[in-house]
Amino acid sequence: MSVFRKLACVALLLVVGVSMAANWLAPAGYAKQYRTQPNAPPTRQHWLGTDEVGRDRFARLLYGTRISLLLAPAAALISTLMAALVGGLAGYLGGGWARLAMAVTDLFLSLPWLFLLITVRALMPLNVSPLASVLVTFLMLGMLGWTSAARVLCTTSASLRGSGFLLQARASGIRGVRLFFVHVLPNLTPVLFAQFWISIPVFILSEANLGILGLGVAEPMPSWGSLLKELEGLVSISEEPWKFASLILLVLVVTSFQLVLSNREEMAA
Amino acid sequence: MLGWRIVRHAVATLATILLGGLLSATLVRLAPGFDADEQQLDPRLSAESVRTLRESRAQKHSIFRFYLRYINGAMHGELGASHSLSQPVGTLLRERAPLTLRLVALGLLLSWSVAMAMALTSAWLRVSALDALSTIVTGTFLCIPAAVLALLSVLWNVPGSLAIALIVLPRVYRYWRTLLVKAYSLPHITTARAKGLGELRVLFWHVIPMAASQLLAVAGVSVSVALGAAIPVEALCGLAGVGQLAWQAALARDLPLLMNITILVTLVTLLAHSGADVIGHMLRSQEI
Repeated sequence: MSVFRKLACVALLLVVGVSMAANWLAPAGYAKQYRTQPNAPPTRQHWLGTDEVGRDRFARLLYGTRISLLLAPAAALISTLMAALVGGLAGYLGGGWARLAMAVTDLFLSLPWLFLLITVRALMPLNVSPLASVLVTFLMLGMLGWTSAARVLCTTSASLRGSGFLLQARASGIRGVRLFFVHVLPNLTPVLFAQFWISIPVFILSEANLGILGLGVAEPMPSWGSLLKELEGLVSISEEPWKFASLILLVLVVTSFQLVLSNREEMAA
Repeated sequence: MLGWRIVRHAVATLATILLGGLLSATLVRLAPGFDADEQQLDPRLSAESVRTLRESRAQKHSIFRFYLRYINGAMHGELGASHSLSQPVGTLLRERAPLTLRLVALGLLLSWSVAMAMALTSAWLRVSALDALSTIVTGTFLCIPAAVLALLSVLWNVPGSLAIALIVLPRVYRYWRTLLVKAYSLPHITTARAKGLGELRVLFWHVIPMAASQLLAVAGVSVSVALGAAIPVEALCGLAGVGQLAWQAALARDLPLLMNITILVTLVTLLAHSGADVIGHMLRSQEI
């Protein structure tokens, strides 16, 4: 393991650990308003200052990081499972099934990712509770993000179809669903793991994009997207540099994921 | 052979567009609130008027009938009207498409030129420090959300096309660099160099033709990335293009408008992919 990868692991663990301790580090919570101090600069009480309605920016960053870091893997899990079922099964069955599954996959892939996300997000009610908006956003990412992984899994699964151990299993009388779940799926595990880890930073960035465009997690719930939306009215960087804390943390986390995953990406390809 | 390939692409594109359109129409039809009409709540309307309104809505209940009517209209140039902007969709698209096309084309040209220059330098010189620097720079851009790059372009008064170029560049560079490094490591390149061929001749006669079809395929995919990047760039930079229109339609839940934009963008993406594949095929057959 290279030094950079070790550092990335440490950074990720640190960020996850600190965000999980948000309840202790920021006991007042992310929604508490200090009405007398809106738009305050960093102080000893508010390490990153307050936002325009007087909420502590550090607390919101901690809670927002926790939401993104908990739900992005959950969405990645959904998308990986869907990819395993659609891609894995299509490759295993082959023939017309594989062609049909890949035609559906191509249909999804023919639309740019952000277009697909905003189109599907618009189909759902926008005026929902903050908790529902969190669930809708990440569920949607999970339900739509399976396509490229399904392609990889279809190819891997198809390459297993003629393998010796599957022939032996068939000769022993194992057929159908059991053959797929007991013999094919366990052999797809390394690719599934790789796809799972690769999806996490993609979903984190997608949520951030949706949040900035006002189609992600609803206020007052914080997420990296809603925190980055604050950069919208900025006139210069030197004016309020502490507003960039969420961007710096996001870049650090996604870079760490990329470094940790560098060999997994090769495996998935 | 080439003609058959073009026909196959045309059929696949048409089938995808029709299927995609049906899927969009189904989603639009099933979306919560599709049947709701504010007019039905107007206390000035009589019960008979409300019933007539409900009946006119009921005619759109069948997804297939709804979709067939849309296709029929589309073939006559009638794409329906936008609820939120109260204008015909065709007019809106005609007004806004040129700006998006210009932004995307400029962004792509810029990103392709810079990515090719960087990838060639990296693959040709093989200086590890330079390679590491370009990997770090492009890697950092990959880790920044497209919408943040759009916000930063507003902050620094950078043109929208440059923002699109910065979003596309790292994705294209990474693939192109790998392809060129792979092409340079082939045995016939080593032989050509050993025989004393100049670097430029090696590049243009042996390396580029070898990797051309794959380089083109990546360029085709980057069109889709650039179109996706147009949404945050146009929305946040206040540029009145199709990307901004899609964003406004999403915020206003203007589903028919969104459906038309989706179909248009899918068509452009598929044409780009098919074009890259057909040209790549032509180059491959010339090699043989």
